[in-house]
Amino acid sequence: MKITQQSTENTLTLSLDGELDASSSVVLDTELNKAEILDNQKVLIDCRRLNYISSAGLGVFISHLQRFQDAGVKLVFFNMQEKVHNVFEILGLDSLMTIVPSEAEATAI
Amino acid sequence: MEHAIRISCTRRNLKVVRDFVSDFLLRYHLSDLLVNQIILAVDEVVANLIIHGNGEDESQFLDVRVAVVNKEFGIEIEDTNLTSYSPASYHEPDLQEYVRIGKKGGVGMMLVNRIMDRVEFTTHAGHNLCRLYKKLG
Repeated sequence: MKITQQSTENTLTLSLDGELDASSSVVLDTELNKAEILDNQKVLIDCRRLNYISSAGLGVFISHLQRFQDAGVKLVFFNMQEKVHNVFEILGLDSLMTIVPSEAEATAI
Repeated sequence: MEHAIRISCTRRNLKVVRDFVSDFLLRYHLSDLLVNQIILAVDEVVANLIIHGNGEDESQFLDVRVAVVNKEFGIEIEDTNLTSYSPASYHEPDLQEYVRIGKKGGVGMMLVNRIMDRVEFTTHAGHNLCRLYKKLG
């Protein structure tokens, strides 16, 4: 799992590249766990190159969602591949998390 | 079952098993969505067995066997650890509660049960066997 960061005013974009499983999800958890991430108004997750996600990867997002909401930080996913989106759907997480098709829509939220 | 692989109990081998299942399923020309679901269910069980069942002890092994019979995919995952999973004790979690308390794990078996048609865990003579089945259409 490779994570690339891009920061603009009040928005942090994390681009995920690779597979999020029980082996690799710790890298993402470390990034989301940083205190300064809550200084942003929005954290956008670019999933274009996220080829796979297991419960370990989902668990990282589940575990940080309330913390982000409490701090007033919006967590928004975009560019999600259909097979990855399907995993969110199987659990109903697509109704608990904000997932939009494109970066433009993610930015507009 | 004709197609088999033996892996040691380390998280690094999760990818090895996913690739093994993916390669096996290639010949059946299934949709990306279905292939990903099957791989995911297998990955969840293998991760549980590696991490929780065998404590990531690399001296321990999982034997994984796959087959398709009568258009049904089947996989057997076998180990010899002393801890066996009890599906009877499983209750589907409340995800909204998990979000509220910031819980990191616990949704893997929820995925497995929702994806696969049949999920069986048995223990016999010191061998734990997990079998997962999914109709292929």
